[in-house]
Amino acid sequence: MSAPRTPSQTIGPFFGFALPWPDGPHVVAPGTALAVALTGRLLDGRGDPVTDGLLEIWQADPEGRLGRPSTDFRGFGRCPTDGAGRYRFVTRKPGPVRALDGAVHAPQIAVSVFARGLLRRARTRVYFADEPALNAADPVLSRLDAAARETLLAQPVAGGYALDVRLQGPGETVFFDG
Amino acid sequence: MTSPRPAGGGSAPGGETGVAVAEERRGAGADDAPYLHADYRSTVLRAPLRPPVRAPYGPTELAGPGPEAVVGSRSTAPPAADLTRRPSGGEAIGERIVVHGRVLDADGRPMPGVLVEVWQANAAGRYAHEIDDHPAPLDPNFGGAGWCCTDDDGAYRFVTIKPGAYPWKNHENAWRPAHIHFSVMGRAFAQRLVTQMYFPGDPLFDADPIANAIADASARARLVARFDWTRTVPLWALAYRFDLTLGGRAATPLEPAGRPGGRP
Repeated sequence: MSAPRTPSQTIGPFFGFALPWPDGPHVVAPGTALAVALTGRLLDGRGDPVTDGLLEIWQADPEGRLGRPSTDFRGFGRCPTDGAGRYRFVTRKPGPVRALDGAVHAPQIAVSVFARGLLRRARTRVYFADEPALNAADPVLSRLDAAARETLLAQPVAGGYALDVRLQGPGETVFFDG
Repeated sequence: MTSPRPAGGGSAPGGETGVAVAEERRGAGADDAPYLHADYRSTVLRAPLRPPVRAPYGPTELAGPGPEAVVGSRSTAPPAADLTRRPSGGEAIGERIVVHGRVLDADGRPMPGVLVEVWQANAAGRYAHEIDDHPAPLDPNFGGAGWCCTDDDGAYRFVTIKPGAYPWKNHENAWRPAHIHFSVMGRAFAQRLVTQMYFPGDPLFDADPIANAIADASARARLVARFDWTRTVPLWALAYRFDLTLGGRAATPLEPAGRPGGRP
């Protein structure tokens, strides 16, 4: 028997004193070996930066294990966008995850985007452009056309990976239902 | 129990008897507001306009962080479920209230150990946030942010001050009804919920474009707390009850791997 869900509402502009915390963007401790930065901007339909957004990420560890947080690896990060719409997480690149049905899921990071003007979260995924073989076999990514796929592929940059999230308009990021 | 539907949402994979996998419980749905609701002006340039891609949740989304991973460096501080007191010893100004309820999953089962975070304006309708320029007084004894984890029964309880209404610039003479922001992690990334709780009988509720973005009146009504005599504290505080039911679902790793789908 399914109970009626509680609907979402916007996070609004005033969460900044409540939800972020200083080491929130650190999925791994600073100085962790092989740590990478995941960076980018959150942009609106005019291409302007969204300066009052909040991104949350959740991911497997480098061995593809989920939900085994430790002092070294939290698996979760929360980062408000700055005055230029930028976000920056410090993490490890996740490994591929094998689901119980045997399917192998390409390395990916689950992302929630919240902001004033978003009446519910925008849910997306970050994949890695330097994993072409695993990406081609991923059960979700492989269903998308090339242009849509491109919006989910973080590109290698010095020190890590970069991907902009475009809420609307040309190059609009692929968001997932629910 | 990932048992995803085949790509494109076709029929159930073979070998899963008695398990409804055709409609996976989603974290958002028809009860939610659409992204674009022009009466709420901020949606116009921020609403995703392409239809969301419908795909089965993956193993990452069916798992999620425990509260300890989310509170991070705040975990050295005790849970802050009483917003009316500060370490300085001062007491917040306003109508003291208890706000409590339970966090339930999509099957109506209580969810213990779930992080609930709240934030709100003070009794005068002003947030303790540097960007809030509403010319109402700040209360040095009211921070307006708190968090706690649900107990074994999925229950949470905050003590706070009834927030005031405040004006905003969405349209001519626009006022937000009194509300408390809620952030609930759930057990899985798929269950994440951010919402707002309103108060019964607030004349501003029916005029609020954010609440009204939810088209269905009964869904909208689920955001309104109930006045709760049973949890008032005589000579001290009134009480409101606000239960939250999360969509989505979480993987249950204790199930035998050879039996996807779970419940009989």
